Amino acid sequence: MTDTSETDRDNAGARSQAMTAREEDLHAWFVREVLPLEAALTNFLRHNWRNRSDISDLLQDVYVRVFDAARKSIPSSTRAFVFTTAHNLLVDKLRREQVIPLQAIENLEALGIAADAPGPDEHTIAREELRRVQAALDLLPPRAREAVVLFQLHGLSRQEIAQRMGIAEKTVTSHLNAGMRALADLLYGGAKQGRPIP
Amino acid sequence: MSGPSQEAVAEPTSEAIRTEAADWILKRRMAKAWPEKEQQALQDWQSQSTAHLLAYLRLEAAWKQTDRLAALRSPMRLPAPQANPRRKYLLRVAAVSAAAAVLAAAGMNYLLPSHGRVFATGIGGHQRVTLTDGSLVELNTNTTLRLAADGSARTVYLEKGEAYFRIAHDAAHPFVVIAGNRRIIDVGTAFVVRREPKQLSVALVEGRARFDTPTDQAAQVIELKPGDEVIATANRVMRRTKSISKLSDELGWRHGNLVFYGTTLSDAAAEFNRYNIVRLVVADPKAGRLKINGTFAANNARAFIDATQVVLGLKVEDRNNEIVISK
Repeated sequence: MTDTSETDRDNAGARSQAMTAREEDLHAWFVREVLPLEAALTNFLRHNWRNRSDISDLLQDVYVRVFDAARKSIPSSTRAFVFTTAHNLLVDKLRREQVIPLQAIENLEALGIAADAPGPDEHTIAREELRRVQAALDLLPPRAREAVVLFQLHGLSRQEIAQRMGIAEKTVTSHLNAGMRALADLLYGGAKQGRPIP
Repeated sequence: MSGPSQEAVAEPTSEAIRTEAADWILKRRMAKAWPEKEQQALQDWQSQSTAHLLAYLRLEAAWKQTDRLAALRSPMRLPAPQANPRRKYLLRVAAVSAAAAVLAAAGMNYLLPSHGRVFATGIGGHQRVTLTDGSLVELNTNTTLRLAADGSARTVYLEKGEAYFRIAHDAAHPFVVIAGNRRIIDVGTAFVVRREPKQLSVALVEGRARFDTPTDQAAQVIELKPGDEVIATANRVMRRTKSISKLSDELGWRHGNLVFYGTTLSDAAAEFNRYNIVRLVVADPKAGRLKINGTFAANNARAFIDATQVVLGLKVEDRNNEIVISK
């Protein structure tokens, strides 16, 4: 984005005294350690929950539980904590709904997801992430992709994009909004590659 | 939530929360200034529920990753639109190419099609493909393109429909498009090929290309310059010249647009019918001759009808999969 918005962000950060350093650490932890688990977590939920249309809401519920718990203390193994939380959430829901026997939920150890696996080195991660962003961008629906490319990569204003695409400014915003949500799904794993994004 | 759990009934869905979070992020990024009042409103929204805050953090983290792509982008600038209409159209072609180049660069890492692969779009479809040599192909509605099976990266077959080509320059290895018995040979330009059951048309946007008929030695070989269009039927080949602005209008589909300038309603309806299942039928020849100007979304025939109905004072009858227009 432009320099202006960077400066604005810094100013806003300085102004918001209400947000403590601890709260900022918590946000950074969520982005750095929890979000990258989304693909595996979504898979786990899909495996263990019949109704596909619930997955996005379940994912949100897991995140909320994990984050609220982390407010008291950040867990030492994020991965194990996230999947245990997901497991417990499903057990709670099943118990409440009394639909499927509890054994239906896959054993965490058997899935091999409870343990923290050593990650690749940071250089590989950075390159891999960039490639993933490029790939995700190209998988967006054409109109949303065009708006996102013009806005994010070319730094055009909403009005300029509207002129270029021959659409209303409001429509530009809704393309950007949809593009942003689809991008997050593609990057963090909520949407499977190759499946069309609604 | 669609499950039977009690607590969820009154709560907004995760998707609704995400939409709201995305709106906040966009609002903040579009704002020229971000006063304390706005910041407070954002913080209030975030503290209403953990789900709000987390949706915001998640979307912003994803959005920030595209910031890094912008930082890596070459310092190529999109030209500003200008007042002179002819100049504007030329620049629009350049702007389109620039955006396409960015997308091509983004696509190259994983869109490496294997030999003999087929790309196809349905009615209303649009697909960009980056070939192994860096050339970009854009498929318009209802189009099938096949890559050569023999491993030559620079030969493709247009089975049907329309495609725009922006060819990576390589004088030693000309790029070849084969459409039926006709052939287009190109060394590094941009052109569009449209293949219909009885007619093939090739229009050159930039550079130079040659049009020939390999199966017929006696047939005319045509050297194409920018603006040249060749129209070939089974036994005739014609050439005409188009202005770049007209060519640029005809390439509006690359943006999902149909651009009309002094186009008759009949021709405009035929264009819409290429992109939509719902068919526009112009019942009355007098109405069909009315002229139209403007840019319309190709996939929204109804919006087009609504607009023309008001402007031209037409009668519109909506049947099942047909919209019948009369004066």
